[in-house]
Amino acid sequence: MNLPERPLVSIRAGSKFAAVDLKSLWAYRELLYFLTWRDVKVRYKQTVLGAAWAVIQPLFMVIIFSIFFGKLARLPSDGIPYPLFAYAAVLPWTFFSNAVTKSGNSLVGSANLITKVYFPRMIIPAAAVAAGLIDLIIAFGILIVLLIYYGVGMTWNLLMAPALVVMTALLAVAVGLWTSALDVRYRDIRHALPFAIQLTMFATPIIYPVGLVPSRWRWALNLNPLTGIIEGYRAAFFGRPFDWDALAISAAITFALLFYAAYRFTRVERTFADIV
Amino acid sequence: MRPIIKVENLSKQYRIGARQESFPTLRDSIANAFRAPLAKFRRNGESANTIWALKDINFEVAPGEVVGVIGRNGAGKSTLLKILSRITEPTSGRADIYGRVGSLLEVGTGFHHELSGRENIYLNGAILGMKRNEIGRRFDEIVSFAEIENFIDTPVKHYSSGMYMRLAFAVAAHLEPEVLLVDEVLAVGDVGFQKKCLGKMRDVGRQGRTVLLVSHNMGAVLNLCERVILITNGQVQYEGQTYEGVNSYHQLGYAMCEGEVDLSFHPARRPEALPLLKTIRLLDGSGAPKGRFMAGEKMMIEFTFDPVIHLANPQFGVGVEDSQGSRIFAVATYLANSQLPPLRGPCKVTCHIEELILAPGRYILSLSAGEPDNTLLDALECAVAFEVDHGNYFGNGSNVTAGLGKILVRSRWEKTDL
Repeated sequence: MNLPERPLVSIRAGSKFAAVDLKSLWAYRELLYFLTWRDVKVRYKQTVLGAAWAVIQPLFMVIIFSIFFGKLARLPSDGIPYPLFAYAAVLPWTFFSNAVTKSGNSLVGSANLITKVYFPRMIIPAAAVAAGLIDLIIAFGILIVLLIYYGVGMTWNLLMAPALVVMTALLAVAVGLWTSALDVRYRDIRHALPFAIQLTMFATPIIYPVGLVPSRWRWALNLNPLTGIIEGYRAAFFGRPFDWDALAISAAITFALLFYAAYRFTRVERTFADIV
Repeated sequence: MRPIIKVENLSKQYRIGARQESFPTLRDSIANAFRAPLAKFRRNGESANTIWALKDINFEVAPGEVVGVIGRNGAGKSTLLKILSRITEPTSGRADIYGRVGSLLEVGTGFHHELSGRENIYLNGAILGMKRNEIGRRFDEIVSFAEIENFIDTPVKHYSSGMYMRLAFAVAAHLEPEVLLVDEVLAVGDVGFQKKCLGKMRDVGRQGRTVLLVSHNMGAVLNLCERVILITNGQVQYEGQTYEGVNSYHQLGYAMCEGEVDLSFHPARRPEALPLLKTIRLLDGSGAPKGRFMAGEKMMIEFTFDPVIHLANPQFGVGVEDSQGSRIFAVATYLANSQLPPLRGPCKVTCHIEELILAPGRYILSLSAGEPDNTLLDALECAVAFEVDHGNYFGNGSNVTAGLGKILVRSRWEKTDL
């Protein structure tokens, strides 16, 4: 039997520096697929309404927002029917908030895997995000129907939608990696996370247009990477011009967060099995 | 020849108190009642808050070798396997493996109850590191090995525990890495299936793959391994021939039960057990304490026990193993239909075995105490040993030899004309 010159597995006591092991992430790509597939399969098992839940949740949110913010509070909506205006933002928001919640709790929820099998741990929070994409795609289908019904949008801008979905997902992965790793050691995260997500919703132009914020505070709103993304979705669906500056800021912050989260995650992932 | 696994000065320190180290394995959940772990109560950690689970471990494994890793509970075997599987990292030292590693620390890891057998095969396979086409290629083999052809599309939550275990093992058994790390997973399912698993493991060895096997089942170790590594208190105590290793494993702290043996701080106690069993004595029919019995003699097992809390329905069990680690028999209050009165304070409990029908040899006792519904309070595995000598069991002066087996059975013969 011919042994390779260099060991395939080399185990050393922890070094301070840790690089994200892209090679082993690639080697385990099928596991990402299978874990995502498992989450999707299991999500609507033993439910009566099944995948309809992907639509019911945002739909009811939009109905309530339309009544309170559209009709009663008369929030402006840039000349777009308020339900449509809200729905275009609630969809990616629902995806993002579910993805971050699931992803943030995913490592602790998979303790049985982490303590028994080796694989790049990043796959777990990433799969939790990926599983939500199916729901998002179903819900977008409904949006297209609404657009046709209201006679709005349907321009070439729609081609930007997939890129926006990728950006939203990457942002969710970044936040998910970071919170899930923290959650392993500090279970406070599971209490703080829902609360933080709720607050974020109000700091993001979901129920209101960006124009509602005084222009001297606009920069603060743009520091929230979701602002550029959510406004981007509206531009894509309603055929409005894109705010490229805001999108660029969002992209820059998303990638910075992603790299930071991946780095933090890699530093601590080898201790997960001992403390989870 | 160059080694395929090379371990140098590997050490692992755990902080205790911060995190209780216990590795409940499937073996635990299936093993008989008085071995089941019940972590209801735990001994409090001593004031020292770190322990070395492994300390300066060195060994090498040649390609194609099947090596057993043996040792008592908590000796560090599972930690070693976890480090080699990259689940946890060492505190110091290094290990290099020159081949694709597959590790099997538990069967059925990642099984999802809502998914069908078919879906779980793919999911579990992927978790264990198999590629999708690899699983697809071996799919039929896995299904027929697990003997679940008719239920392959049924959610596994409707499976019997036997079917579940067979499926889980079947997936794992079809892993094809160059180095296979296995922790105590052979002890699942019924005897027939265990045999099949052993056979499969032997095939794995024959195919030239390298196997590191952690097991308490000395029968399996003797059967499968060419070499063993005996770990005591985180250190390699013996490395070499299987037979010798198994023997030294059996001599580990198995004090011959001559006179009274103190159990309060006994190393054989399971990590999660409470030290309630205090002392043990073995007595013969006349009430004299001793450690050597004659075949067929009466034996009394007497413990002192402090229940700490009020025990309404106390249950005791004793298991007897031979020197190869096979359970020969077990006695227990629930098997004897003996209801002991509620225990409120320190007491003495005696088990009477009217006839010790064991062949000559060395035997080891495991003890347990608890409550019904499987609540185990105290348990010691392989705590003390006793010996059985030739006795005139058959009443005709003929010597009982090893060829007669482990148990002595009286028989009566007659002839009838046809």
